[in-house]
Amino acid sequence: MNRIESVFSRLKSQDKAALIPFITAGDPDSATTVALMHQLTRSGVDLIELGVPFSDPMADGPTIQRSSERALKHHISLKDVLAMVAQFRKMNQSTPVVLMGYANPIEAMGYKRFVEEASRSGVDGVLVVDYPPEESAEWVRHLKDQGIDPIFLLSPTTPESRVKHVAELAKGYVYYVSLKGVTGASHLDLQDVSSKLSQLRAHIRIPIGVGFGIRDEQTARSIAERADAVVIGSRIVEEIEHSQAADLLANVGALVESLRHAIDARSNHSSDIG
Amino acid sequence: MKMYDLPDKRGHFGPYGGTFVAETLISALDELCKQYEYYRGDAEFQTEFFRELKHYVGRPSPIYHARRWSDHLGGAQILLKREDLNHTGAHKINNTVGQALLARRMGKSRIIAETGAGQHGVASATVAARYGMECVVYMGSEDVKRQATNVYRMKLLGATVIPVDSGSRTLKDALNEAMRDWVTNVGNTYYIIGTVAGPHPYPMMVRDFQAVIGNEARQQMQEEYGRQPDALIACVGGGSNAIGLFYPYIGEENVRMIGVEAAGKGIDTQKHAATLVTGRPGVLHGNRTYLIQDENGQIIETHSISAGLDYPGVGPEHAWLKDCGRAEYVAITDGEALAAFHALCRFEGIMPALESSHALAYAAKLAPTLRKDQLLLVNLSGRGDKDMATVAQQSGISL
Repeated sequence: MNRIESVFSRLKSQDKAALIPFITAGDPDSATTVALMHQLTRSGVDLIELGVPFSDPMADGPTIQRSSERALKHHISLKDVLAMVAQFRKMNQSTPVVLMGYANPIEAMGYKRFVEEASRSGVDGVLVVDYPPEESAEWVRHLKDQGIDPIFLLSPTTPESRVKHVAELAKGYVYYVSLKGVTGASHLDLQDVSSKLSQLRAHIRIPIGVGFGIRDEQTARSIAERADAVVIGSRIVEEIEHSQAADLLANVGALVESLRHAIDARSNHSSDIG
Repeated sequence: MKMYDLPDKRGHFGPYGGTFVAETLISALDELCKQYEYYRGDAEFQTEFFRELKHYVGRPSPIYHARRWSDHLGGAQILLKREDLNHTGAHKINNTVGQALLARRMGKSRIIAETGAGQHGVASATVAARYGMECVVYMGSEDVKRQATNVYRMKLLGATVIPVDSGSRTLKDALNEAMRDWVTNVGNTYYIIGTVAGPHPYPMMVRDFQAVIGNEARQQMQEEYGRQPDALIACVGGGSNAIGLFYPYIGEENVRMIGVEAAGKGIDTQKHAATLVTGRPGVLHGNRTYLIQDENGQIIETHSISAGLDYPGVGPEHAWLKDCGRAEYVAITDGEALAAFHALCRFEGIMPALESSHALAYAAKLAPTLRKDQLLLVNLSGRGDKDMATVAQQSGISL
């Protein structure tokens, strides 16, 4: 069982939803990222999505775009991100790390070299925003060769035929984008999320995480009542942006603890995965 | 050469093109593919498109023999395909008319566009006014400054211009922002991409609408000169005017096709936009193509005196035509383009856009190496009125 499976299987036995934060590697600087990852695990997260900064983050809103720009000021490269994961792994063997980013830094490194180095660094999954399943056959083969899970996005507009296609390719978990638009937007319809998740579960046999538009404890709890994992990105990145260096770990830690508390307080959990 | 039938069903030109977008955009693109597939074969749609090109755009655009300039250069004869005479002053309108007609049939009431030089923005605002649609144009704030006149033109036409302050504040950032708008408002919104880049079906669809340039040229050359030109020359930013001219000629292998990119301050400096000449393949803005990028795959800011060529990618069909050797790609500096701008003004009484001046500058280099009976057909893709301030500034004059 790999790290991602272990985490979800433990959570299932505890009847809990996973808390997945997103941070951009190198934001605000490379020295902070590994410390921040350890802080996140201490504050109770189950898996970390680590953003690979890119110059043109088309699917992200202004908050995450700015975090990318901050990281790129320090010239953080994909190689640097992998080094951060390796550094994190020296102290932490159990928390899965999923890289999330855009295709071109991986294209520049080459599939083969990337998956080998990612595997060596202790990366557990990779989500490439602009590799939809149609363009992913070779990419997924390379990932699976190295035992890395290909994570895919599903959206409110994904038709059933594509859900089936994603179900065949995806491993680890799938990431349901709970609203139309970019990261950091805010108009989440819980009714929609519930009905869409039950449709997805007809085909998807692995855990389903929900992200985009989750900005407060109450929404996090409501999502936790419906999904297997709650992904929180822009809200955490905002906390990083607005914190002074000296308070950054404490501020993010406090925010994450409150979210953890909220999602563990969920009721009526009706997940029927596995 | 075997029959050229690219792209494939998923929009691939060899290894290039495709649909490299986030899941949230896929269903909108699928819908667009389906609708365009239907209407490209629909006689009534095509009839309306060509009627609009004739009566609204003013097509066909003539081929003009630049005789005095050719004599001065002392070699091949330079012929100009006069896209600058189109309504709104550039080739861009061929495409926006086509896409606006499609948007109407798809029941969309709002169109959005990205623009660099402002020509595509003006062409989009124009058709939005013509067909009674709401129009929002995204433009890098740097370009807003460089192209103040075009910004005002768009506003006069009723469009809302939104300056984009992220990244390098140029065309690529405007494109990112337009994609974001589309993802958010896909229900009532149609995204008019202005060039042959982006995810499938845009590179194919924009090419098809712009192919009127090459199709007319083939007929006009036959009628007026009794033969086809020895070479086609067109500037390449994203590459829509070049593909429009080249595409109908791909099967005619004795016609050379030359795409001219912006060498800016020189391709050995960091300040250029010569994507095919200096770049490496990668993925950006929905397609795999050549990109100007650093060794880590980050996109590098480009530079050109002409905002319309200032883009770090290029249409995937050009990437393919380069790799298979059917087309050649070269680069022209800011200075060479300016010299060609002035030459055309003085020798022919035609003020070319700075974008088109790159193609003219290469023609001026090539012509003297050829015989006097050889013919170079240059796509004069736009007129230069919009560039007046830039040209004056280069001469130390403030208007």
